[in-house]
Amino acid sequence: MIILNCPFCGPRDHSEFDYGGDGSITYPSLDAPVEDWHAAVFLRDNICGVQTETWQHTQGCRMWLLVERDTMSHEVHSIRPAHPGHAAVLEGKV
Amino acid sequence: MTARRLSSGGRIDRSQTVTFRWDGKRLQGFAGDTLASALLANNQRIIGRSFKYHRPRGVMSAGVEESGAIVTTGRGARSEPNVKATQQELFEGLVASGQNAWPSVRHDVGAVSGLFSRFFAAGFYYKTFMGLPPFETGRGTGIWMQYEKLIRKAAGMGSASRLPDPDVYDHAHGFCDVLVVGAGPAGLAAALELAQQGRDVVLVEQDFELGGDYLAQSDPQAITRRDTQVAALRAAGVRIMTRTTAFGLYDNGVAGLLERVTDHLASPDASLPRQRFWTMRAGRTVLATGALERFISFGNNDLPGVMTPNAARSYLNRFGVLPGQRIVVATNNDSAYAVAGELAAAGAQVILADARSDAALVAPKGVELRQGLAPFNASGGRGVSGIEFASQQGGAWRVAGREACDLLLVSGGWSPVINLASHLGARPIWDSALACFLPGKTRSDIHMAGSAAGVWQTEACEASGTAVARQVIGADTALPAAGGWQTPIAPLYEVRVPGRRTKAFVDPQHDVTGDDVRLAHQEGFVSVEHLKRYTTLGMATDQGKMGNIIGLAMMAEALGREIPQVGTTRFRPPYTPVAIGALAGRHTGPHAKPLRRTPLHDWNLRQGAVMTDAGLWHRPWYFPHAGEGMAEAYVREATAVRETVGICDVSSLGKIAIQGPDATEFLNRIYTNPFAKLPIGRARYGIMLRDDGIVMDDGTTWRLGESDYLMTTTTTNAGKVMVFLEELLHTRWQDLRVHVTSVSDHWAGVSIAGPKSREVIAPCLEDGEAVTNDNLPFLGVRPVRLKGGIEGLIARISFSGELAYEIYVPSGYGEAMMALLWPQAQAQNGVLYGLEALGALRIEKGHVTGAELDGRMTIDDAGLGKMASPKKTFIGDALRRRPELTDPNRPQLVGVFPKIRSDTFNAGALLTAPGEDSGFGDGWLTAVTHSPALGHWIGIGYIAGGVAAWEGRRVLASDPTRRGPVEVEIVPPIMFDPKGDRMHG
Ligand SMILES: [Zn+2]
Repeated sequence: MIILNCPFCGPRDHSEFDYGGDGSITYPSLDAPVEDWHAAVFLRDNICGVQTETWQHTQGCRMWLLVERDTMSHEVHSIRPAHPGHAAVLEGKV
Repeated sequence: MTARRLSSGGRIDRSQTVTFRWDGKRLQGFAGDTLASALLANNQRIIGRSFKYHRPRGVMSAGVEESGAIVTTGRGARSEPNVKATQQELFEGLVASGQNAWPSVRHDVGAVSGLFSRFFAAGFYYKTFMGLPPFETGRGTGIWMQYEKLIRKAAGMGSASRLPDPDVYDHAHGFCDVLVVGAGPAGLAAALELAQQGRDVVLVEQDFELGGDYLAQSDPQAITRRDTQVAALRAAGVRIMTRTTAFGLYDNGVAGLLERVTDHLASPDASLPRQRFWTMRAGRTVLATGALERFISFGNNDLPGVMTPNAARSYLNRFGVLPGQRIVVATNNDSAYAVAGELAAAGAQVILADARSDAALVAPKGVELRQGLAPFNASGGRGVSGIEFASQQGGAWRVAGREACDLLLVSGGWSPVINLASHLGARPIWDSALACFLPGKTRSDIHMAGSAAGVWQTEACEASGTAVARQVIGADTALPAAGGWQTPIAPLYEVRVPGRRTKAFVDPQHDVTGDDVRLAHQEGFVSVEHLKRYTTLGMATDQGKMGNIIGLAMMAEALGREIPQVGTTRFRPPYTPVAIGALAGRHTGPHAKPLRRTPLHDWNLRQGAVMTDAGLWHRPWYFPHAGEGMAEAYVREATAVRETVGICDVSSLGKIAIQGPDATEFLNRIYTNPFAKLPIGRARYGIMLRDDGIVMDDGTTWRLGESDYLMTTTTTNAGKVMVFLEELLHTRWQDLRVHVTSVSDHWAGVSIAGPKSREVIAPCLEDGEAVTNDNLPFLGVRPVRLKGGIEGLIARISFSGELAYEIYVPSGYGEAMMALLWPQAQAQNGVLYGLEALGALRIEKGHVTGAELDGRMTIDDAGLGKMASPKKTFIGDALRRRPELTDPNRPQLVGVFPKIRSDTFNAGALLTAPGEDSGFGDGWLTAVTHSPALGHWIGIGYIAGGVAAWEGRRVLASDPTRRGPVEVEIVPPIMFDPKGDRMHG
């Protein structure tokens, strides 16, 4: 029963969100070699502790978020928009 | 046992007689009784039969830890098994009966299995029926499952009604600053202090009365104190929920609560739910959940008439029932002394046997105190009639006399209820001085108060509640120390005399004995987790509330270790059982999932559509004429599409508006085929892959303007595709200036397919010339205005292989569009067609759907390899080149004909070479239909190597569980009009 504090919508039940995946991955360019894609898609760390994850507020504003979450305690350390443009708007910089 | 109701005392209302039925007999109790107290008041001794051995069992406790008085309540659809009589409130007309017994708990045929009890020792089933001849390894499991059914039937655990649940259950959500669980001395004090400090407090209590231990005390001052506290709580605005169990604690201050709304009412208001399942979100949680008195393992400790002293105290002081006349109280701690005195004062003859020789307490008035004696073996057939004592001599227990009794009260100490804290991972810490697990370090938002924290005395519990409340508020307040007995407890879990065999229960509800625990040790199941699973210790509905610690202590002794080194299993929710109905709430029947209706839903129904599920959607399946079944209807509909024209509701297709300066580049990256040069006013069929190179979805995308596209997806993948597009734009390609919007529900869409489709559409348009071959060529798209000024879009695309169009208008104009189109179609002898005809038409054409693009197939597997552009890169392009995905022997899309054309087959049948029909086969049928165009059954599916590998070879569609094999031919997947002349016409 995690509550995620969506930067746009405020604190909401995790049932409004969908888990995406590993938020630390930088995906290779489309023409990168198969090895790079293999590493990005299949080789994942199984972190015991704080990890960065992507979540989407599917039943809310639909923003994709970067969430730092402790896999042992479910404690959420930070939430921010995945897209820097969204972040800039929410911080009033645009 | 001769239990009787006293003429005065207790919190029952003697002016309100309540009549109930127990095993068919009419009995009476009073308002304020539980079923257990009313049964005791009626001197009912045998309340249940045990799970494995069918031993008679009586009331053992007065609360949730009950292991003996497990009954079935209600009748018919409202029959509820495994109800603890100690928790069931008595109400007028309550019907209850014993379970695990036939014909009744008093005369149970199954009790004979007690004679064969060695066959029921721990692990017996496994060793006998699994892996041993004649049930050799590998085969044994299936046979074991058959035997298990028989054994379980003989053993029984009550039986649930097989009728639909007639009750409703609600889900509710609540919020508070502080949730206080438990309304005993500590919980009341904590809630009051918090409320008076301005906190919004919710106080939950599983009992129907607030007060906890106050209610069981004999001192009238206790009730006065309780009443004062409750009045102050109400005045302070505390939200009080009785009959509500906090069954689980979860992250972020969430507690799961089960509120029993009508289970105690004779004729509940029909508008009320039976139970409410609450998700309560609390800033902080105070657990004042009390402690449970536990048993000792000794011979026949499960006989009716053996219970805890605290239970007897509750029946005496709260319910005005003296549960025995000749009472032996056996204890290893101080708490039983006061009970013994109260029972004596109520007129019973009481012997108090203290296992300790050094207890500093004096015998209460009227009680005969004997020190250094422990219970060793109870006697009696249908209830306890005497107890043999043992005393310690030279490090072992020796028999030390016997005493007749009709009630034997046994206290082996107290176990704080730390279950809820454990749900959140707090590790229980063994306190050897108090001989119990204490909560250990809890999370910062969880606080333990009162006897749940090992504080034993009432005043100290009140002080503990107040102090914890101040800590919650932020004050630096010291908590009262745990403990509170004059003489320390003497740990005592089991009494055995060398050379004497007894049947001594550790977990009475699951009939787990001390011998079972030692057997587990002997066979190497020494970890507590293995012990639990091998013996089923603690796995009954009471979750080992009375017995777990005894089992751990025995294992520790067998291993020559201390209890903390043996450890304990982690408690899991729920604390007490929760009905599945409460978990489901209102999400049952048609409400189990949302229903999506297209804008033409009602119109389709008015035309006689038979609907079917397509994901969450209801879509027309077929439109039967009088006397037609599905088979006749879809063949007629599909035939008409090929001969004249048909109209099909395609509104459920996913529709995504893709807009922005970089929309073209975006589409070019996500589709395998080129989109960079798609002209405005044209549509293109596209395929998108996942990152791993597997096909994700297909559909057409329409270019409406320079930077404006409408993408269509399959009905089922609409949500998935939308999420993926958003993920790419938000997380991966942040430089692309593209916006995606789901517009699936904004448009009503129909497909008009067949040689006469143009004749149907043209008269419906303000400008009929819009659909000439020149103005709207194959794969053309254009805005269109229907008669009456309805603005929409029309595209010339075909799924059926015929000349076909799709028209989209805003949802609200859907019926207006049909009012134009349908009369024109009827004038052309056209039809409405549903999913079944649509399926037949697309199978004939070898078009793939979700059945073929099932998340395992590559674009080459699906025969669409030519749609992967070699001149650009796209999502999935790298990983689709993995060797595993490019093996020429992978399954490939094929068409399938029955060898004898009059044969039929089923989707899901395996395609195999003759004689090789075991295992996984070489392929499978994904979809089948009768083909009106070809005049026989056809199928589509996959087979290793595809048509090239199998053309001209004998192949079977193997379907052993539904029908025999059918010989088939493998043909190219486009089985009708392979050149596509018809749709270009
Ligand atoms: Zn949001």
